[in-house]
Amino acid sequence: MRSASFLPLKQASVLPGFGVTLGYTLLYLGLLVLLPLGALVAKASGIGFAGIIAVALEPRVAAALWTSFSISLVAAGVASLFGLLVAWVLTRYDFPGRRIVDAIVDLPFALPTAVAGIALAALYAPNGWVGAFLDPLGLKVAYTPAGIFIALVFIGLPFAVRTVQPLIAEIERELEEASATLGASRWRTVWSVLLPPLLPGVLTGFALAFARAVGEYGSVIFIAGNLPYVSEIAPLLIVIKLSEYDYTGATVIATIMLAISFSALLAINLIQAWSRKRFGHV
Amino acid sequence: MQGRSLNVAEEYLHSSFRTVLSAIGLIGLSVASLLILSGAAAAQTQLLNVSYDPTRELYREVNQAFADEWKARTGETVNVRASHGGSGAQARTVIDGIDADVVTLGIPSDIDAIAKATKKIPADWRSRLPNNSLPYTSTVVFLVRKGNPKGIKDWDDLVKPGIQVITPNPKTSAGGRWNFLAAWGYSHSRDGNADKAKDFVSALYKNVPVLDTGARGSTVTFAQRGLGDVLPAWENEAFLVLDEFGRDKFEIVVPSLSILAEPPVALVDGNVDAKGTRKVAEAYLKFLYSDKAQAIFAKHHYRPSKAEAAKPEDLAVLPNLKLFTIESLQGSWDDIQKNNFDSGGLFDQISKR
Repeated sequence: MRSASFLPLKQASVLPGFGVTLGYTLLYLGLLVLLPLGALVAKASGIGFAGIIAVALEPRVAAALWTSFSISLVAAGVASLFGLLVAWVLTRYDFPGRRIVDAIVDLPFALPTAVAGIALAALYAPNGWVGAFLDPLGLKVAYTPAGIFIALVFIGLPFAVRTVQPLIAEIERELEEASATLGASRWRTVWSVLLPPLLPGVLTGFALAFARAVGEYGSVIFIAGNLPYVSEIAPLLIVIKLSEYDYTGATVIATIMLAISFSALLAINLIQAWSRKRFGHV
Repeated sequence: MQGRSLNVAEEYLHSSFRTVLSAIGLIGLSVASLLILSGAAAAQTQLLNVSYDPTRELYREVNQAFADEWKARTGETVNVRASHGGSGAQARTVIDGIDADVVTLGIPSDIDAIAKATKKIPADWRSRLPNNSLPYTSTVVFLVRKGNPKGIKDWDDLVKPGIQVITPNPKTSAGGRWNFLAAWGYSHSRDGNADKAKDFVSALYKNVPVLDTGARGSTVTFAQRGLGDVLPAWENEAFLVLDEFGRDKFEIVVPSLSILAEPPVALVDGNVDAKGTRKVAEAYLKFLYSDKAQAIFAKHHYRPSKAEAAKPEDLAVLPNLKLFTIESLQGSWDDIQKNNFDSGGLFDQISKR
């Protein structure tokens, strides 16, 4: 009868392959994700919790963390808003070349980030196509924090578009019509009927764009200017620590970034769970 | 009821057996693909020279010349591969285990770091080869825009307000470290005072709008992006820019005094003994001091240690200027690295807000 204890597990799903897939999920998550992260945290924890806090409070580290996380947050926000618009246009309207525009959205995914960084720096440098117009106005984009922002919006956009697109496609037109026939204004329909079910998707896109932006190195490094306290991102500081053969310092900054990112993503997930409850079906 | 549950149990055991089998299969597949990706070893003698960034063109030619000579002398085929990148990052790959036979890096402290971290190179490595293990040297000169619109003549002009200096981050770049030490040494030689020298480099780095991670990055920022008024650069890199971008766009300004930049070479004993390549690797390093290699160094605008081996017209291009060694001012390389570039060192102090 000992086998009976297996039964609930076996009968939980009508789909075959539960054992294999779960086993693989755990094995690969363990080997590919948890093992490297565990090694990272293990190396960093060598200096103790107080040591980690001390590193986080070093003025230069604190400045780099602030630069990385604040610009990533704003960039992810802008990418989400703009992505929502792009997704809406691509899903709800039909126009010539729509498929091509749809494919273009994915390009920031495919491009090596260093290429993106060099292209953006070439465009926004004082002698570049765009920079040449901004420079006389006294606007400097390349080699300032604004350059970091541009690069992060660029790489975050596909996340924002792709996460809301399926949700927009799912919206039933009858709902809008019902809202209109019940006398709601067009803004009210957008605000109370269309947007709420999209919110979880927007939040997911925001979270993905944010997470990607925080860890981004290749594209930012070419356009940031990399001045300490001004435009130095935390990933660059990690590379600098490695150049000093300070492996512990590098892993400590990485661990701090990991902790902040994890808390932020967890918070976003909680908001998402709340919005699902609040707005129902999605 | 009893019968059914037995049946299910049997089925479970059966399926878990299958699970294990397919698991083994999948793991096998993953391992096999990893092995294929990592590649099979080659049959002929392979040497790996881990070098720094601006030597790509140089070692392509040197390696070919060595392979030809080795073939003529012993009949054996040797293939010298070179890997390039920021000097510090390259040293780190050797520390992390890349099987370099020889290292040819941008600054002695990077080889010291390998010696200390891995013990694969003995601590006295500099005395093992002629001329302090320097087959060639170089220096730092200024690259300015054609016509020198800001009238830059010497190091003093680099600290003037309103001048933009493009130089890489000394933390990540050997070229950046030579620039930093050159500026410090210039002020120290003139003022004879470490405090004044600190103020001097502090003022200079206030004029830096972009800190690239490598010397090549700074060159691109200056030459292609059009940023900045002056680029203190490796002498060979400055000549390369003239050749690549045209002498009608840039010109070289030679300061009154500069640093003797010392990019050293070393055998990685731990690796060559493990691979059995010691004989070829030692011959390769010896070859760097031969007349043939020395002539190639001069052709690529490095300063050969044996000037008589170089073509006179190659030497004539190199400007005549007074050079100082940083060791004569700051002592051992251990101290130079620690006091200037390690965490809390001079560079960290002057980049404080």
